[in-house]
Amino acid sequence: MTTTGRGARRRPRTPGAVRTRLPLVAPAAVGVAFIVLPLVALLLRADWADLATHLSAPVVGQSLRLSAVTTAVTMVVVWTLGTPLAWLLARSDHPLTAWGRALVTVPLVLPPVVGGVALLMTWGRRGVLGGWLEEAFGVTLPFTTAAVVMAEIFVAMPFYVISVEGSMRSLDRRFDEVAATLGAGPVRTFRTVVVPMVLPGIAAGSALAWARALGEFGATITFAGSFPGRTQTAPLGVYAALERDPDAAVALSLVMLAVSVLVLGLLRSRWLR
Amino acid sequence: MTALDASLAVRLDGFDLDVALRREHGVTAVLGPNGSGKTTALKALAGLHTLESGHVRVAGTTWADARTHLPPEARSVGMVLADPLLFPHLTLLDNVAFGPRSRGMPRAAARSRAAEELGRVGLAELTGRRPSQVSQGQAQRAALARALATDPALLLLDEPLSALDPQTRSVTRADLSHRLRDYAGVTVLVTHDPLDALTLADHLLFLEGGRVVQSGTPAEIVARPRSPYVAGVVGLNLVHGRLAGGGPPRLALAGGAELVVAEVPADARPGDELLATVNPAAVTLFTERPEASARNLWHLEVAAVTVTGQRARVRLHGVPGVELVAEVTLPAVAQLGVTVGTRLWAGVKATEVEVYPA
Repeated sequence: MTTTGRGARRRPRTPGAVRTRLPLVAPAAVGVAFIVLPLVALLLRADWADLATHLSAPVVGQSLRLSAVTTAVTMVVVWTLGTPLAWLLARSDHPLTAWGRALVTVPLVLPPVVGGVALLMTWGRRGVLGGWLEEAFGVTLPFTTAAVVMAEIFVAMPFYVISVEGSMRSLDRRFDEVAATLGAGPVRTFRTVVVPMVLPGIAAGSALAWARALGEFGATITFAGSFPGRTQTAPLGVYAALERDPDAAVALSLVMLAVSVLVLGLLRSRWLR
Repeated sequence: MTALDASLAVRLDGFDLDVALRREHGVTAVLGPNGSGKTTALKALAGLHTLESGHVRVAGTTWADARTHLPPEARSVGMVLADPLLFPHLTLLDNVAFGPRSRGMPRAAARSRAAEELGRVGLAELTGRRPSQVSQGQAQRAALARALATDPALLLLDEPLSALDPQTRSVTRADLSHRLRDYAGVTVLVTHDPLDALTLADHLLFLEGGRVVQSGTPAEIVARPRSPYVAGVVGLNLVHGRLAGGGPPRLALAGGAELVVAEVPADARPGDELLATVNPAAVTLFTERPEASARNLWHLEVAAVTVTGQRARVRLHGVPGVELVAEVTLPAVAQLGVTVGTRLWAGVKATEVEVYPA
């Protein structure tokens, strides 16, 4: 038999090879169709002629603007808190680290609506911290734009931390050691050696986390509600518009699809090879 | 004031290191088989391992003792490993300026210091290059410049030449030797290459199993190795035995064989433990039992053969207590028909044996 090689692969395939592969190809093809078909349907059902009109519907601009702002704030918080967290998880030998890693990643598997309820139980009026916050500072968080950001951070940060921790852990420990012998303390080493060296990992983690924040629905609607201009982000806008103005909902969906494909394309071309 | 005064006791899952080292200046080479604790000792000096007990004092400052453990960044230390480990996102100039910057020097001063250091290792033209754009040897020289740019009191080199290809290695060894000559602090060089030790160091320290087995100047070590490993490094056969009583001066070896020698130390008494070295070049090989023979003659089996240039080293065994390396020319190897398993007669003249107290 021919071994794998360029020549072998270029050989015209015998019908027999196709037949033996059929049990694998058939389910795979169904799987691809199941994912691609709805995307195609979205494109087919879009009212391309009047797309501009639909895109100028108030719900579109308003919710996209809110999504842009909240996800941007989310990313700043995720970077600020998540990067040091990822580094500590990557380098700590403490037995509790494994637990810390597991806890931080709970939101990855938690149904988002449960996250929303949990946030409500924490920051709501009768929540663990919310009551005290209202009494002491007169601040109520649920159903505000701040709550949208909090919900997004809750679901998005684990994606970032897990991804960045992975690339930080694969960074040769001897770089930290050399930096230390050169007089760099832990903070300087983190800032001037670690972060620049794992920048590709940070970019990939950021894209994942941002996409997750942009698509956030369950935790947001539970904890922040769906008030146009205040807490109604793009996914909530799509859902709300679906009954009143389906064309606008499809148009908004198209914008989000385009953005997702763009992010994936950027990732693939630069970091996900 | 001793420049380096260290007593290192380190325990690492099952491994135990206990080493003392006091040096005023110069280059100390630390040698030993794999797993003997060389790198552990170096890391303990750098502060990357915590001492179980003991101390590290450098240039009058205590870096570690029972109460103190300065982190590496607080120690005036420079370190170069086998891999250059240059920061890939920085130019050579910024790599070398990293140390001075970390220790608080303003950017401009740090950069001019870095340029000067790179110039001293012959890289003045390449300051703007990234580590990925220079050769292996250049990267290792830049790593040396980076380690020295902070004026460390203690320079630690861990197999700095071992990752280089042979040709680059000899050039880089010369550069290293040249640069170390102007360095005022104490250097500790971990290596397993005898050539590094003999050409770069003025003091050798041999470790085995986490303990010092021998230390001294290269001349002392080369003349009188005290362990089989040390003897192997300096290329000598080492024989351990007791002085036999009566008859010509000779050593009784562990397996019952004897080694006739010309001279023994004046104060040695029968039964005293002695060490003897035999230069491999002084071991003669014969296919037939020779007529006029050397005083020592054994019938041995070839265990291994290695070739360096025009000479071959033939490892022989087969008589209890006698394990010899003979160094012969390549034509001799062909003539004798040396292959693994061949039995040959090995002769050593009594006058070729050097004896000293164990």
